[in-house]
Amino acid sequence: MIRSTHLPLLITIATFLLAYTLCAWQYPSMLSTRVVANLLTDNAFLGIAAVGMTFVILSGGIDLSIGSVIAFTGVFLAVILRDTSIHPLLAFALILAITISFGASMGAMIHYLEMPPFIVTLAGMFLARGAAYVLSTDSVPITHEFYDTLQSLYWKAPGGGRFRLTGMIMLLTFAAGIIAAHRTRFGQNVYAIGGGLQTARLMGVPLAKTTIGIYATSGGLAGLAGIVFSLYTSAGYSLATVGVELDAIAAVVIGGTLLTGGTGFVAGTFFGILIMGLIQTFIVFDGTLSSWWTKIVIGGLLFGFILLQKGLTWATTLRRKPAPEFAAQS
Amino acid sequence: MARATGPVLECKGISKFFPGAIALDAVDLTLYPGEVHALLGENGAGKSTLIKCLTGAYRRDAGTIELDNREISPHSTQESQKLGIGTVYQEVNLLPNLSVAENLFLGRQPMKHGLISQRRMLAMASDLLAEFGLAINPAEPLSAYSVAVQQVIAIARAVELSGKVLILDEPTASLDRDEVDLVFSVIEKLKARGLAIVFITHFLDQVFEISDRATILRNGRIIGTKRLADTTQTEVITLMLGRQLEARIQDRAPTEAGDVLVELRNYGRRGVIEPFGLTVRKGEVVGLAGLLGSGRTETANLIFGAIQADQGEALLEGRKISLKNPREAVAHRFALCPEDRKNDGIVGDLSVRENIILALQARQGWFRPLPRAKINELAEAYVKALDIRLASLDMPIRLLSGGNQQKALLARWLATNPAFLILDEPTRGIDVGAHAEIIALIERLREDGLALLVASSEMEELVAYSTRVIVLRDRRQMRELKGDEITTANIVSAIADEPMANEPMEGAV
Repeated sequence: MIRSTHLPLLITIATFLLAYTLCAWQYPSMLSTRVVANLLTDNAFLGIAAVGMTFVILSGGIDLSIGSVIAFTGVFLAVILRDTSIHPLLAFALILAITISFGASMGAMIHYLEMPPFIVTLAGMFLARGAAYVLSTDSVPITHEFYDTLQSLYWKAPGGGRFRLTGMIMLLTFAAGIIAAHRTRFGQNVYAIGGGLQTARLMGVPLAKTTIGIYATSGGLAGLAGIVFSLYTSAGYSLATVGVELDAIAAVVIGGTLLTGGTGFVAGTFFGILIMGLIQTFIVFDGTLSSWWTKIVIGGLLFGFILLQKGLTWATTLRRKPAPEFAAQS
Repeated sequence: MARATGPVLECKGISKFFPGAIALDAVDLTLYPGEVHALLGENGAGKSTLIKCLTGAYRRDAGTIELDNREISPHSTQESQKLGIGTVYQEVNLLPNLSVAENLFLGRQPMKHGLISQRRMLAMASDLLAEFGLAINPAEPLSAYSVAVQQVIAIARAVELSGKVLILDEPTASLDRDEVDLVFSVIEKLKARGLAIVFITHFLDQVFEISDRATILRNGRIIGTKRLADTTQTEVITLMLGRQLEARIQDRAPTEAGDVLVELRNYGRRGVIEPFGLTVRKGEVVGLAGLLGSGRTETANLIFGAIQADQGEALLEGRKISLKNPREAVAHRFALCPEDRKNDGIVGDLSVRENIILALQARQGWFRPLPRAKINELAEAYVKALDIRLASLDMPIRLLSGGNQQKALLARWLATNPAFLILDEPTRGIDVGAHAEIIALIERLREDGLALLVASSEMEELVAYSTRVIVLRDRRQMRELKGDEITTANIVSAIADEPMANEPMEGAV
């Protein structure tokens, strides 16, 4: 049965399928596995970060720091692999620990100091970006054989598409995110906080633990996105990924999650990412359109989805079921 | 009622002090299993303070609470819930975005292999809801169901978590009659199960319908605990209000009823106020009496369009008009002074002058500002006419005393030259002197030919200035009192729905 809460998700999926059909009709070669594989690879880091952003927005918050955290992660990895001889895997563990605690401390400030997430994560955004500049202002290339190994891992599909490791990491992250959102107490508590902070408190939701967990998740996934981005670009640059947090927010909203929190799906964000990637791919195929058209189309889509959400909320409050289900049995 | 067993909850000598006030003064309360115990009292009587002491939201300053003969001291609502005391509030404290099942089991979901088992949770939710007579799909979001069903779900959750004492804090406040029946049938079931239920409401009918005993509070003290089978509504109301309600007939100017100005036919809104008919003539003050929650404010807001009516029609001097929002009402020369002066009335940081011209300016449209000289002239005229005491027209209105704020608000609406003025609790929270002035002002406006509708909880006051009094109860018009029928005693008996003391029944409409 289709529930009204599923409707935004279905509309997102329908939008994606429609857009893909239109693209394929115009350029049949867009149906190839190459295009599909590149869609995953090119958007892997954004997708991973958007999973974290989905949890944050579901709880009614916002995390503006993730673009900076991705850049910081890249620079940190590049510098540490250039200046020391530690193994990249150890460096990965180190940077994940740093980004998780960074996110957790933002969550703690939001909860204990009762500060709006916007301000706290704005501060986090400047801090992480500044720290990246301190490490290096130039782009630092990463040349490590382990990186080469990781980058050469792929599964070649019939038709020539190369499904790379990074794309797989993104798919795994989405799978884990979907399970965490719907099948764990943490996920349920995130939805509960997004539905109403005071009510959640009265119903016994552990607010501190959950809020800190949410921002730690977002920070950690931004760190993972940073690792993937460094694999994608083989470099760390403190000016990279400016404004990626806004792309992630856009993907989450296009994916059908309410910015006010409490309603939405991690799976929706996946299709949000795919829609945004598809628009870019179409513009590349077209070749005559300026790449800024991506922004215009995404802007239009965002407006469309915001209107849709408003309409749906309005419709569900109108269609409230009265009490006749009450049975005189027993 | 089976009294074989001892009390499940026994409170002795509970006191709670706030700075400068005694909220509860040595209150005793005993609850037996399988009883519905109503807690009655006007606002500020101490009902909610008592409940908060029971649920651990407040720490009591003295007294003991024994649950099953063991002394308890809950520090939080969570703790009292674990001990067995569950609470359901007027506003459903569940999450509209989660499914019914998720709401029921939040925090204690059935797990399988470390993950929540949705299937088992839905099955458990269906079983649980069936016990409460609800055959609904627990996978639907909570917001898909009406407030009454949500209320039952909240009760189900509270009973599941606690299971000894259930406190229902105005659970029926926003329900219509059918929905109240649904909630009551659930209460009956729980009573049969042996729960002790505390029921708080302003609706006396509902108290007498469902409760076994009632404890009446006034000013933080217990006035009495009554078996409802042995008492009458009049007795309960008298205990609640505690005033000397002697029949007092005022000197009232003879009523020269003018032409009918406003007529409402079968006007109402589902779940807010039952449909009613009302005519108000020029030069007449119609009083609205009733207990708190009886629908006085709702009636006022409905007529002014602040609450939209969903049935009936409104006529102004015989012509049909629409009153969908306050703007339309203002255009028909209606005016409303709201009950909650601080939130709905004054704009605290604006000057007295700006507050006075606000409604007039709003009606004119913001692009045609009133000339400065006109504003000053108007403001000064009203300050003088209503005797508003202030240092300067430029001072922020929040610095004025309550009575002067109320007069400034009146001035605001009088400046729009209204034909129909609705006053909701015009004398609440103002001192005695200002009180008399407001009453005199109402008289004067009536003599000037205005039609007035005044809602008030002060019966003596209504008796003093009303040409007719309409008595509301449980959001329904009960009776209309005219001329010499208007006495406090008659108002009380009308609220209690009993024949009038000194008048045969023909007087009733």
